Amino acid sequence: MNQLVITEFKLFARGRAAVGLGLSAGVPLLLMVIFGSIGSFKTPVRQFGGLTTLDVYVPILLVFALALLSLVAMPATLATYRELGYLRRLKTTPAGPVRMLGAQLAVKLAVAVVTVIVLLAVARIGYGVATPREIVGLIVGGLLAAAALMAIGLFVAAVAPNAGLARGIGAILFYLMMFFAGLWLPIPDMPKVLQHISHATPLGAAVPALQNATLGQWPTWLQLVTMAGYAAAFGLAAARLFRWE
Amino acid sequence: MSAVIEVQHLHKRYGDTVAVGDVSFTVHEGEIFGILGPNGAGKTTTVECIEGLREPDRGEISVLGLDPQRDRAELTRCLGVQLQQSRLPDPLRVGEALELFGSFYPAPADGRELMEVLGLSAKARTPVGKLSGGQQQRLSIALALVGRPRVAVLDELTTGLDPQARRDTWDLIEGVRERGVTIVLVTHFMEEAERLCDRVALIDAGQIVALDTPAALAERVETEQRIQFRPSVPLDDRLLESLPEVTSVTRKGDAVVVTGTSLALNAVISVLARNQIVAEQLRVEQASLEDAFLAFTGRSPK
Repeated sequence: MNQLVITEFKLFARGRAAVGLGLSAGVPLLLMVIFGSIGSFKTPVRQFGGLTTLDVYVPILLVFALALLSLVAMPATLATYRELGYLRRLKTTPAGPVRMLGAQLAVKLAVAVVTVIVLLAVARIGYGVATPREIVGLIVGGLLAAAALMAIGLFVAAVAPNAGLARGIGAILFYLMMFFAGLWLPIPDMPKVLQHISHATPLGAAVPALQNATLGQWPTWLQLVTMAGYAAAFGLAAARLFRWE
Repeated sequence: MSAVIEVQHLHKRYGDTVAVGDVSFTVHEGEIFGILGPNGAGKTTTVECIEGLREPDRGEISVLGLDPQRDRAELTRCLGVQLQQSRLPDPLRVGEALELFGSFYPAPADGRELMEVLGLSAKARTPVGKLSGGQQQRLSIALALVGRPRVAVLDELTTGLDPQARRDTWDLIEGVRERGVTIVLVTHFMEEAERLCDRVALIDAGQIVALDTPAALAERVETEQRIQFRPSVPLDDRLLESLPEVTSVTRKGDAVVVTGTSLALNAVISVLARNQIVAEQLRVEQASLEDAFLAFTGRSPK
């Protein structure tokens, strides 16, 4: 495997970055265990179309991991590397700094995939949450959600003047998007206006898309197009604006 | 000797500030070429244009026949670089850094051997963030050499090193040159340029003010010779003052200090010999590269 990806993996498990890794994988898992232990979370709720509260939360916890990795961990790492002059140093080697972006995406995506699999397994085995029935739909929806979030993360890394601000902007976006993903108030419980706004955000599109997949349906085109749109728009903007030094 | 680096009429400005006015020079194969100048003279900008990190506003640069902008990918394979301000991620270990950078090149040097030569072997498992300034500097030199480059551009090679580490690094650089690597050295240490460089370009305010061997540069400066000695028996100053080569005779304690033209030493010694006086603790000060620097730029390099 590519040495740069291996090295970035090791660095992600060390020092300050390890906190990001621990939070991304640990917090959703912890929430899963807590929610799973609440008896009322396991009874069907009419408002959720017969799903249990835990059912509703599983996709939210999946995007939690994705969002923390893409919006906070990745921009902070890339902005730090730029601040150190590390990206500039890479520019003078045959590897080039673009491969560092690739390595970052690879590492964060790999961690996200493993976290999602572990979360789904724990939900299924520990708390009897049904395994998603539309696997292809889940994968397509999940990858598009990851693409949208990582494009936004790259955009944050591109425009943030320093590592501290990258971390700050990433964290604000994370909380904002997780709100619209329904972390504090599930989307069906939101007032109509907030529901509409929510569906227009990347995670407000991602969570119902993953929910559909859980129920054995394909995500709607609108959900997929919304996520793809964010991925394309922020991906292009990041590519145009990214500074190596 | 064939030209490895050719810089012609390089011009680079940042906004209204001209960093490099009009710089031209040629670096030959196998030589150590020094770029010497005060801070802000345009040294770093010049080498960053050679490295392809900055695009010149005007002028032509060719490194091993490659254009640093157009042929970047190819150039990075044969050019080793030490940047003035660049750090690695703190948690990265020394051994890992060498392994990683080695993996970028088609035929890398042995990382363990490089660590050995640079005295980093004991630090192989130490995170970069825990290294001292000197150790970090040595690691950056190792990383510049790990790709077995044909040309190495080293910016502020020994800044931050203690005198012993500095001498060790000079030995290392001479060893690298013996392996046929052409080296461009940016420095503001006179001693370093005098010791290592075959030729030196003095840069001031974005222009090359002189380019020659360190010895030739020093010779071009017309400074007086200063001779200091302790006479074995009391000496009448007039004996020396009467010599046409001597311009002044002063006393410093019981030492005599004579200044004069480059022929003064011969004249003084002859007169003393004729009068059977021995010049004890004789010291002769001649123009150094530092004097040359002062003469050409009108200021001290530091």
